[in-house]
Amino acid sequence: MRITHPSRRAVVGGIAAAALAAPQVRAQPGPVKIGFSISKTGPNAGGANVTTLPNYQLWLKETNDAGGLRLPGGQRRAIEFVEYDDRSQSEEAVRNIERLVNQDKVDLLLPPWGTAMNLAVAPSFNRGGFPHLASTFFVERQPELVKRWNNMFLFLDRPSTAITALTDLLATLKDKGLGNTVALASVQDQFGLELVSAARAGIARAGFQIVMDRQYPPGTQDLAPIISEAARLKPDMFLAFSYPPDTLALTEQARIAGLNPKVFYTAVGTAFPLYKQRFGANAEGVMGIGGVDVTNPRIKDYIERHNRIVGREPDRWASTTTYSTLQVLTQAIERVGIDKAALVRDIGANSFDTILGPIKFVDNQRVDQWWVGQWQQGEFVALAPTKVGGTKAPIFPKPAWPTA
Amino acid sequence: MNAKDWIVPLAILAAAAVLAPLPLVAGSYWMALLVNVLMYAVLATAWALFSGPTHYVSLATAAFFGLGAYTMAFLGEKLPLALVYPVAALIGAVIATIVGLSTLRLSGVYFVIFTFGLAELVRQLVTWAEAKYGGTVGRFVFIDVTQQGIYWMLLGVLVLVLLTGFLIQRSRLGWALKAIGEDETVARHAGIDTTVAKVAVFVISATFMTVVGAIMAPRWTYIDPSIAFNPIISFQVLIMALLGGAARLYGPILGVVPLATLFEILQANFPNSFSILLGLAFLVIVYFVPSGIVGLIDQGRDVLGRAGRRRAHPAE
Repeated sequence: MRITHPSRRAVVGGIAAAALAAPQVRAQPGPVKIGFSISKTGPNAGGANVTTLPNYQLWLKETNDAGGLRLPGGQRRAIEFVEYDDRSQSEEAVRNIERLVNQDKVDLLLPPWGTAMNLAVAPSFNRGGFPHLASTFFVERQPELVKRWNNMFLFLDRPSTAITALTDLLATLKDKGLGNTVALASVQDQFGLELVSAARAGIARAGFQIVMDRQYPPGTQDLAPIISEAARLKPDMFLAFSYPPDTLALTEQARIAGLNPKVFYTAVGTAFPLYKQRFGANAEGVMGIGGVDVTNPRIKDYIERHNRIVGREPDRWASTTTYSTLQVLTQAIERVGIDKAALVRDIGANSFDTILGPIKFVDNQRVDQWWVGQWQQGEFVALAPTKVGGTKAPIFPKPAWPTA
Repeated sequence: MNAKDWIVPLAILAAAAVLAPLPLVAGSYWMALLVNVLMYAVLATAWALFSGPTHYVSLATAAFFGLGAYTMAFLGEKLPLALVYPVAALIGAVIATIVGLSTLRLSGVYFVIFTFGLAELVRQLVTWAEAKYGGTVGRFVFIDVTQQGIYWMLLGVLVLVLLTGFLIQRSRLGWALKAIGEDETVARHAGIDTTVAKVAVFVISATFMTVVGAIMAPRWTYIDPSIAFNPIISFQVLIMALLGGAARLYGPILGVVPLATLFEILQANFPNSFSILLGLAFLVIVYFVPSGIVGLIDQGRDVLGRAGRRRAHPAE
């Protein structure tokens, strides 16, 4: 009688699969293997699950429903994803990319979520010559980075540009009766620090006066002291360079403490659909980072498709940017095929037609984009910089929090 | 030392000589896996140097690892690379001395909690100091060290930590630590200066951890406090060392190799249920291998030995 041990067989099978999964012969018209490592668990999961992963899923579904990626010859190849969870650890992200490139032999890579993760995998992308289209990546030293890694394309401009857009907008409101006192709050990590240091300079240039400048560590639960201090000082502007949980907490506290400045600005998270769901009519007039042109039919259409296929709303900042990276990739593949070096050249040289309008890189960086948005009648609309087009006039002054 | 004493150091060097040429043949995927195995092998062995004999369970690995990574980030572009590693070791040693002198009076669960808090304390201090004086929290580490380079450095450090462990075990210090592990009060009454013994080994262990942090940092291009002082590192080191068995010098390595391989198989084949399967694997380990792989080997040896003796018995 033969006795089998399924458990042992499964274990041996797993090891064998891991060891031997490497070189499979692939027929040419098979699917295009596209790999990515993303934070499905750990502290980065929130951002990755709102901004990045849904767009990858949307793109996969839509492309394959249309028959696949169109190649220069006109034939189509379906996309197959190979995805790993990096558990929000840099070392895991690096190893996942090594595995994708060397074991899974993927044709192309998509980037992870967040500045730190994109930096961690950048050398691996560069070594393999993969186009690196980063949409959730935001540091001041970008010009230096794209010189180091010429395969990297940055879809968000630098923190100083974001701040210039904000302070320029605030300067135009001076004539309309905006006073000159500013209260600043910022989260004490790279993102908050870069923004707040740029903001101090920009505020001085615009001739405003800083009356409060508080920082708090990431993950701070109780932000009431900061808001109480601001409420006592009654500034004309309250600007917070915050992350999603603090953005919600600061808004909630400001409402409770009756902090009613003429301009109320919070950063990441303001553009999330969650913000509107949580605050409803209270959101009216709140400014934040990002913003989109909601009257643009292509963005309307994108939001509708995102809703239908992924089952929830995209955010109104980096979601559209992330989707545009995939459009850029699709169009470049249509021109030059699945050839990494040719893709890098093509993306750097040409103009692309996306939901955000035409995208053309200047030294691998996308320069014109919306930086300040505002909740107006249930939508997060773009306000500045106005030279990009598609912006609306701000609601000013921000209406006092409705009592309720 | 007589001829028999040379066996262990020679075996360590021979094993290293066998492992050293691997980067010449292994592809970059296998290198990534090997670097991971070596990193945890050094950390777990260094952990067991102190925690094995004394039974003081330390969760401070991440604190020293992060210190090393930050040393590299601060000095990597300012000093010659070869100098950064000794400086990192020195910083690790100084901090460990301060920490050791002030805390090794604690024992049991208080010590565990303190060491866990230490990593968090260092992380918050670095964040605060960086924000206040550096005007930044994250740091770029643009230092070109290849994967092969990292592998060879880690292998070198592993040899050093094993040789150090071997020497400690044979020294008076090793006996003192064993005595402390058995019963600290008795050890003190027997005339052992327990504080000096504990601090000395704590410092040696922490120094190795700091150097590993400095070696690994260039691999990530960018570090911030949450990357450098990730508490997961402390927990994984603890689990690996316990699986292997902290009582023997080579024990932790026996835990690192299967667990690093298991992580890799789970991650590659079941990326979406990794954490659940990992939890199950830990339950199985704790239930079936409570005394570690070293324990299993000893048990196996006992069984074989007994069987041998039985067979040799002429009456049967």
